[in-house]
Amino acid sequence: MAGVDKVVLLDFKVSMFGMRCRVALAEKGIQYEYREEDLRNKSPLLLEMNPIHKKIPVLIHNGKPVCESAIIVQYIDEVWHDKNPFLPSDPYQRAQARFWVDLIDKKAYDAGRRVWTKKGEEQEKAKKEFLELYKTLEGELGDKPYFGGEKFGLVDVALIPFYCWFYAYETCGNFKMEAECSKLVAWGKRCMERESVAKSLVDPKEVYEFVLHMKKVFGIE
Amino acid sequence: MAPPPSDVKLLGYRPSPFVNRVQFALNLKSVDYEFIPENVMAKSELLLKSNPVYKKIPVLIHGDKPICESLVIVQYIDETWSDGPSILPSHPYDRSTARFWAAYIDDKWYPALRSLADATEESSKAAILEKILEGVILLEDAFVKCSNGNGFFGGDKLGYLDLVLGCYLGWLKVSEVNSDVKILDETKTPALVGWAERFKSHEAVKGTLPEADELLQLLRNMQAAANVEASK
Repeated sequence: MAGVDKVVLLDFKVSMFGMRCRVALAEKGIQYEYREEDLRNKSPLLLEMNPIHKKIPVLIHNGKPVCESAIIVQYIDEVWHDKNPFLPSDPYQRAQARFWVDLIDKKAYDAGRRVWTKKGEEQEKAKKEFLELYKTLEGELGDKPYFGGEKFGLVDVALIPFYCWFYAYETCGNFKMEAECSKLVAWGKRCMERESVAKSLVDPKEVYEFVLHMKKVFGIE
Repeated sequence: MAPPPSDVKLLGYRPSPFVNRVQFALNLKSVDYEFIPENVMAKSELLLKSNPVYKKIPVLIHGDKPICESLVIVQYIDETWSDGPSILPSHPYDRSTARFWAAYIDDKWYPALRSLADATEESSKAAILEKILEGVILLEDAFVKCSNGNGFFGGDKLGYLDLVLGCYLGWLKVSEVNSDVKILDETKTPALVGWAERFKSHEAVKGTLPEADELLQLLRNMQAAANVEASK
């Protein structure tokens, strides 16, 4: 392979979607330049590289942008395919992994957001839906060490960033993930033993501080 | 090595674009399959068992293994029947581009198109229409880049994005008729207009993609049934 790959990640520290990319890059041992974006004042580079959505994360590989975190993670897996593959080779198992990543993409962010932005009855409803989602995911995990089975895989990469947001969700929603989804919490701790995860996820207390700040900004008490 | 074709079943509903795109993929790979029509108002045990999470069609059942979500199914078909023509591009960057536009079409553009039918006030209708039209300009540009001078998003043959966008062509025409508006326009999106004709006459698509007339009639029947229910 001629030349050296130049990889840049436009990101935002507490974003779970950004964390997915950090985990993926670390799993593959890829050197990259991390650039923190101020989401209230987006850089010209971000607006140029993601003109349609104007969102992070964006991976810039040798000058060419890849957008949308699930797409970025699959791209990383396909380009740097020799090390720590995130997907098995069997098409059916690959389909299963993609199905669960798609489910997480459709539901996890909004379910969590409703827990910390709502109050009273609306929050109770949000909590119920949040826990239903995570219990479904816990059911899919079963007794496997990872969603990928013996290997840390695509679904693990997609979901693990939400683990560092659990403390914020629990505190705002007044419940404990350990009590509701103990297997999933155990899975989270297991993933945190991987260096790629430990150095990519943000301290839960810092996430919580961010959530408190955003509640002030939105005027939610 | 292609597995025996007889054990492929598709739980579906003919007017559904998500079902159609799976059918196009199976047709492209020359896979024989059994189409099991589902009544979306009275879901079968098989559907509920095969897709417990969403309880929706399409579901592909290969042997005894169910695969759900149309884009997941299309990728599964591409990877399983690997000796047929490939659906996704081979280069990782092109694949990421195809996936990006597929997400844009399914998550942003088509929901806007669907919401046009439900819009009652002129102001909201105008706002939705503006979004739809801005979207097709983006898709026109994407087509020019992806097709690279050829006839399809996939180049000289049907590819992933052709299936993702093409499955909506029947309903797009229905929206144009019902809202009295042109969404694909020879002056603004000439490349897509040409592509739409080529897509609809492709052998993997013809006969599978319902015509706008059929869909309009279906809508009228559904409206009539709803009126009968409402007046009871």
